[in-house]
Parts: sequence; structure tokens; C-alpha cells
Amino acid sequence: MSATVARDGAEGRYGRPVIKEPIWKPEIPFYFYSGGLAGASAGLAALSELRGNDVLARRAWAVALAGGAASPALLIADLGVPARFANMLRIFKVSSPMSVGSWLLTAFGPLTAAATLNAWTGLAPRASTAAKAGAAALGLPVATYTAALIANTAVPVWHEARATLPAVFAAGAAASAGAASMALTPPDDAGPARRLTVIGAASELTAVTIMERRLGELARPYREGAAGTLGKLAKALTLAGGGMAATPAARNRGGAVAASALVTGGAVLERWSVFRAGHQSAADPGAVIGPQRRRLHQRR
Amino acid sequence: MKSYELAISSYDGEARPRMGFFTDTTLCIGCKACEVACKEWNHVPDSNHGFSGESYDNTLDLGADTWRHVAFVEQRVEMGADAAAESLVRAAALEQVADEAGLQTYQEGDGLRWLMASDVCKHCTEAACLNVCPTGALFRTEFGTVVVQEDVCNGCGYCVPACPFGVLDQREGDGRVWKCTLCYDRLKDDKEPACAQACPTNSIQYGEVDELRERAEARLDRLVGDGQDRARLYGADPGDGVGGFGAFFLLLDEPEVYGLPPDPVDTTRDLPAIYAWAGAGALALGAALAAAVLGGRR
Repeated sequence: MSATVARDGAEGRYGRPVIKEPIWKPEIPFYFYSGGLAGASAGLAALSELRGNDVLARRAWAVALAGGAASPALLIADLGVPARFANMLRIFKVSSPMSVGSWLLTAFGPLTAAATLNAWTGLAPRASTAAKAGAAALGLPVATYTAALIANTAVPVWHEARATLPAVFAAGAAASAGAASMALTPPDDAGPARRLTVIGAASELTAVTIMERRLGELARPYREGAAGTLGKLAKALTLAGGGMAATPAARNRGGAVAASALVTGGAVLERWSVFRAGHQSAADPGAVIGPQRRRLHQRR
Repeated sequence: MKSYELAISSYDGEARPRMGFFTDTTLCIGCKACEVACKEWNHVPDSNHGFSGESYDNTLDLGADTWRHVAFVEQRVEMGADAAAESLVRAAALEQVADEAGLQTYQEGDGLRWLMASDVCKHCTEAACLNVCPTGALFRTEFGTVVVQEDVCNGCGYCVPACPFGVLDQREGDGRVWKCTLCYDRLKDDKEPACAQACPTNSIQYGEVDELRERAEARLDRLVGDGQDRARLYGADPGDGVGGFGAFFLLLDEPEVYGLPPDPVDTTRDLPAIYAWAGAGALALGAALAAAVLGGRR
């Protein structure tokens, strides 16, 4: 560290960060995964049921319910004052994606519970039809609003990826949901889950690559440090698992479980990579100052 | 209607003129009376980071336990042509002293300058922290300032990376976020904030924002006329990315040099586009699900 501040200020004051790093704990990247898993699983379940594949549908509903239950638990555990979690529902505020997301999750949970109950017991058939449609529809934004949430911050690597982050999270959700149901469903009934795994894994790899390319110089956190390592691991696992799901190997239970584990690992690590990249980006004064300077320069 | 006007209009007859700070850093002597007065009045816990070695600054930055922060910036500067010859002789002599005694003896005029600036929450017109707060803990007061309600905040942390200045942070062992309130309690009693009252040089000036902006323009004109060609106002322009600050500054160099962002933006300005991308992502997910389930054997 220099004893003086460089005249041009490109690295700020004594290289100190300009903005604060997020204070979110490890619960949050795990929630990015569980929320995506739950949201996409509800859609997989509802559509499978429409096609008459109840074996797959039941398992996908159970996954959606598990993810839908784990998600609020993770979010509440992350709060600085967990006992005040209900304050999230004091108001509804469109300018806060976190407020929108809280309401989405609050509606998604009970609907998914009702849908799962019916899928496994046959209880309340009429009410559950609406619940299933509602859960499947709400599941889609549940899977992507988190991308909007972090894109709406001053963290350069998140904000400047606002056009591509939702695609990364949507693809990761598809891969997560496909992988979970693929492992839990007898191979003869797991065809849609396998296809979803392959589509999701391929889309995730594509979306991440496009995001990093479009970020240009700002993508540095994805190339170095913890975020870089996590991202590389995520890509390798997703590629291996997605590739495996596309082969006959995934048509027996053991192969399906192995492919599922790889893709799930890839999806979790990809969220961790995005999360850590945000920290690295926020801690780097040059990453905050650089784009702002270029903006000012273009305006002049 | 912009969110600021909307919030103020909700106060009806109880709305007050917008109050804020004009921090004229050219008058700052780095005494840190503002830091101390703020802590005393607002019962802000200590923020001991040890010895930083970064000039006289051991408070480092704004945060949950630092609501006023005096930045000390030591810079090497080019010497003017007239002063150069004499200064070079002096510099050479001093360098010898430094070498022999192991001491650095920089003084103003020795190719080094020392900037001091008391930083504070900007009380933005378009405040990202307030916009993203999901509980409504952050709100716009009748004075146009931005305040965290400590009995509502649940420590979700969204405001922390949302603030383009890194002002807000979570207090350790407490879980909630804290920041400058512009002494909301004192304002209600028609008293000026503690830091402004304690400032011995009037570097921190408190008043109605409109009037402060006029005062700042006049001061800037005078400084520029006196040859301070790098002097500039920071945050006094309602056309900037946060709609102008309620607490703005007169700086003697680029904002970056003081650790301030050169073009801060309230990212919720981009929220319609961000929601559109998230919506498109959700639809694409729906399409992927349909393709997987309907596009092959069941």
C-alpha cells in the first residue's frame, strides 16, 4: 500500500473500497440454489401431471415443497434480526426486489404445499388444481427474481450483468430441478427430467459464458480468486453431469444419481461463484471507479 | 411524480424545507471534532481499527459505527516552475535528513499536499438504500433526509451493497444497519446537527439545501477565481445519478481521490429494465420446462 494517494485516483483513496461488500452469509448462495430448485420443480411437476406422468410429478412436487420450505428458513437465518422476519410483510414495495420476492415466496410456499399434498394423497382435487397452476406460475419468477435483486445494487459485476444474470439463474434453476427429479424418479418415468437437466446444463454454460464475455474487463472476479475457482469447478461439473444426462448412462438409476449429483454440484457452485464475484467486485475500488469514469467521459 | 416529491407530499402541512449539509473541504483542518460530536450525541459505539498508516486517518471509512469520517489524503504534486528551483534545493536537503535520520519530513510545498474532508451520508434525492429497503425501515423524513428506523430494521442487508457510497453497514452484535440520521432528533427541536455545531472552521455548514447550494456556488466561484482550478462541487447537481445530494461537498480534486465514486447512480433507475430481464428469464425457464416435458416421450 502506498503512503500517498495517486494523483489520478483510479484506485481511490489508499486503495480502499468505494462501496461496501454485501453482508449476506452463506445462507444466501444456498438460497439462490434452493429458490431456483423449488421454482422450476413446481413447473416441472405441473406440466408432467398435465402429460399424465404422475410418478415424476409427485416427486417434482416434493422437491418443490422441500425447496419452498428450505428457502424461507435460509432467508430468515441470514437476517441480522431473525425474530423480525415478519417485517418483510409490513409493506409491498415494487422498488425493492427483496420485497417482491418475499411476497412471491410467501404465496409460493402454501400453494406448493397444497399441490404436493394432493399429488401424494389425492385430497382436495378441485382446490389443488388452482394451487398447482399458481405454484407453477409463481415458481418462474421465484427462480429469477434473485438475479434482479442482486443486479439492483451498486456492485459492478452484478449491476453491469443485469441483462444476463436472470438467464444464468433461470438456466441454473432448470438444471437443478431436472437433476433432482432425475435422481428421485425411476428411469422409465424420468425422461422429461433428463431432458430438463440437459437443456438446463447447456443453457447455464451458455448463459455464464455470455455474461462473462459481456462484462469484459469487469468479469475479472470470475477469472481469479475464490469466484474464479468456484466458477471453473461449476462449469466442469455442469458439463460432465449435463453430458452424462444426455447419454444412455443416465437411463439406469446409478447413472442418473451420478449425473444428478454432478449437475447439482455445478448449480450450487455457480451460485457461489456469482456470490463471491460480487464480494470481489465490491472490494475493488478500480472496478467501481473505472466504469463510472468511462460513463462521465462519454457524456462529456 | 418522482419518489422524493411523493414522499414529501405525504407530510402535507408538516413538510419542512429540505435540510442538509454543505461540507466545504477547503476549510477542514482534520480535527475530527465532527466524528467525536457525532458519536457523543448519537451514542455511536467506538470503531477502533488500530493504526492504519494512512496519514492521520484511523477511522478508515463510513459504516455502522462511523457516521462522520474525516478522510486524510496525502498526494505528491508537481511543483510550479517558479517554486521548482528553490524547492529542489530544499527537497534535496530534506531528503538527506530523511536518509540519515530515517524520517520523512514532508510539508506543504515540498511536492506534497494534504487534503482533508469530512465525509457523511449523502441523503440522496433518489436514495438507493431507501428504495430497496423491503421493510420500510428506511424512510424519508419531513426534512427530506433519509433515516433508518431502528425499531423496524430486521438486518436484511439489502441497503449495504445498494448504496453507491458504501455508507450503510451492519452493526456487529446488533444485526441492524445504522447510518447518519442528520441528527433527526435535533432537527425536530430546531437545533443543528452535532457535527455541524462542533465544527470549529465552519467546514460543515448546515441549512436549507437550496440556500446551501447558492452559498456553495459562490464559494466555488471565488476559489476558482483565486486559481484553485481543480476545485469542484460534488453532489450539488440535481441532474446527477442520485438526483443530487442533501449533503454535498466542495472538493479540491477528483472525487475518487477522496474515495468517493465519480458518478454515483441509484440503480433502481434501471429497475424497469432489470425486471424486464428477470421476466424474460422466467419466460425462458417456462419454455425450457415445456420443451423438456412436452418435447419427447413422457
